[in-house]
Amino acid sequence: MSKEPVAVVGIGQTKHVAARRDVSIAGLVREAARRALDDAELTWADVDAVVIGKAPDFFEGVMMPELYLADALGAAGKPMLRVHTAGSVGGSTALVAANLVAARVHGTVLTLAFEKQSESNAMWGLSLPIPFQQPLLAGAGGFFAPHVRAYMRRSGAPDTVGALVAYKDRRNALKNPYAHLHEHDITLEKVQASPMLWDPIRYSETCPSSDGACAMVLTGRAGAARAPRPPAWVLGGAMRSEPTLFAGKDFVSPRAGRDCAADVYRQAGIADPRRDIDAVEMYVPFSWYEPMWLENLGFAEPGEGWKLTESGVTELDGDLPVNMSGGVLSTNPIGASGMIRFAEAALQVRGQAGEHQVAGARRVLGHAYGGGSQFFSVWLVGSERPGS
Amino acid sequence: MTGQEPPGPRDVAVVAFAQSDHRRTTDELSEVEMLMPVLHEVLRATGLRTADIGFTCSGSSDYLAGRAFSFTMALDGVGAWPPISESHVEMDGAWALYEAWTKLLTGDADTALVYSYGKSSPGPLRDVLTRQLDPYCLAPLWPDSVALAALQAQALVDAGETDEPALAAIAARSRRDATANPHAQLKGPLPHGDYVVRPLRTGDCPPIGDGAAAVILAAGDRARELCERPAWIRGIDHRIEAHALGVRDLTDSPSTRLAAEKAGAFERPVDTAELHAPFTSQEVVLRKALRLGDGVRVNPSGGPLAAHPVMAAGLIRIGEAAALVHRGESDRALAHATSGPCLQQNLVAVLEGEPR
Repeated sequence: MSKEPVAVVGIGQTKHVAARRDVSIAGLVREAARRALDDAELTWADVDAVVIGKAPDFFEGVMMPELYLADALGAAGKPMLRVHTAGSVGGSTALVAANLVAARVHGTVLTLAFEKQSESNAMWGLSLPIPFQQPLLAGAGGFFAPHVRAYMRRSGAPDTVGALVAYKDRRNALKNPYAHLHEHDITLEKVQASPMLWDPIRYSETCPSSDGACAMVLTGRAGAARAPRPPAWVLGGAMRSEPTLFAGKDFVSPRAGRDCAADVYRQAGIADPRRDIDAVEMYVPFSWYEPMWLENLGFAEPGEGWKLTESGVTELDGDLPVNMSGGVLSTNPIGASGMIRFAEAALQVRGQAGEHQVAGARRVLGHAYGGGSQFFSVWLVGSERPGS
Repeated sequence: MTGQEPPGPRDVAVVAFAQSDHRRTTDELSEVEMLMPVLHEVLRATGLRTADIGFTCSGSSDYLAGRAFSFTMALDGVGAWPPISESHVEMDGAWALYEAWTKLLTGDADTALVYSYGKSSPGPLRDVLTRQLDPYCLAPLWPDSVALAALQAQALVDAGETDEPALAAIAARSRRDATANPHAQLKGPLPHGDYVVRPLRTGDCPPIGDGAAAVILAAGDRARELCERPAWIRGIDHRIEAHALGVRDLTDSPSTRLAAEKAGAFERPVDTAELHAPFTSQEVVLRKALRLGDGVRVNPSGGPLAAHPVMAAGLIRIGEAAALVHRGESDRALAHATSGPCLQQNLVAVLEGEPR
């Protein structure tokens, strides 16, 4: 049995902000869903199933909120699935939805991810105790900063690289109307002078805490043929997981991430990602993760990723643009952040990315990770249908 | 991988099932420690190792664990090294099985490990489950799960669909049947007890407890290699209803009926049904929605009234139904799982064994 090719025919996001006090959780998700349906010129009745994802339920204080959100998402009478794979969840959710189409279980699926972080304090929600260790962590940055240090030491990267990533992503965000942070007066000097939070990560090299939702409409060949705008085709998608902590774990370049990307490249027939892929939306919550993931995803040799960043390759007008939307560094509703990466990749190959469009983008990678650098989800989307 | 197979959907079967001994408390065990023996048992039944499994999917809830990302630690029990293709739903394991089933249908994997677990003992479960409700209009009132089920039970009594003696008989039958189930938490003759919330008595309510379950799925010939009599999933579907109880007819379950229809449950009669009806009154609703006649064995395992580890109880229904097929005690069984207040979301699977 061959799989049904999967197309993204509708994309919707909310304007991501620190606090959406004007809407309920239901109002927030419905806004994104409605925009995705409008983009696809479809109605609620055209949707066969809903797949929703978000990070921990404690962020909003609602246990399994999809039960309460069934009405807002027009899911009554339909199948509804709720995915939770930590920070990678937005990507995983899209992949679960894509599989429903690929397996021909459903024709058209609405997939959505959200976080309304203003309902709680996400930083402390992320400050998890590690067994048998002193509880010294404050936020995800406390967990990831030592791994950034390990990368710097291993690669010999100059300590200026992180600020370059942040400066680039925050400038890219100015071209994305949905991005949370719009720092019109941003300068490299301001990034470099911002307070140190978790050495070596400075305040301006850290993701914000956002309220936001992102939705996509996925369908097969028949649905794509009826779509009013060019579809983005899923050329490959994969998830990989490994344990949080174990002897021999490589936090700098986790094997689960490498395996995940390799699986996607195999599915899509990508021999050389650096040459064959036009742009990347990757999950960079702290600036240094750009060079780290460039290596992990196979765009640079180990220890060489920072050179792509430093030489401007990952700039919007560079040879391999990374996080054209402004990325997680500019917008971070945690549960939605992975799906925003996947959706932004799709926007690029559809030619719908507006001011942050990469001219002629034909194959773009979407990437998300979560937990203790242990959950990965990746998809590659293209402007041409696979096998066509 | 599947180039040799004829076109059309792949056949997927449950080939192994294992569960813990469900208990009121497991203070001495972490979730991983509770889960690991179950994972080992289900793998042993097939001779597979973690590295042989094509896809892994689990279901659990952070709200039971009282900790964000609680499922990440469970991966230690799986032994996810080298890295595995894996996903997690914040739902009962029955829906994790559904995700794994779709993964096998795509041909990306030939085998899947599905597991779920829940420890209800650390917190006051009735209070915890109120956090599932509409956070603006309902949750602030803290209406607990028994109170909401009682509303449903009273609606059934008022509609003449059941009465208290009939509910007591369901409780007695469940716990009587559970005497043959070594994993059950409540079994044998038990007093039906006092009212918890009228008209529901203690006997009408599920025990609160901790437990875990695991299932292995396999496609096509792989299933025949791993199991003498695979329980083929002839159909599986799930549907959700509106959340607000006020807009639903609590004496009926249209989502169950629709899921059953889509799963092909009405095409031929089933001989057995494992129903995820935590409350006696909900069995009445489900029997009606599923059109189960008196000839159908319902919950021979004792069902959720004998053991109800939240987040695993639905997957256990599928596992129990499959185990009957494996043992040749059923040829066509229906398994049902539910989630949300008063049967808001329902899943139906139809499992069949090949003719003997």
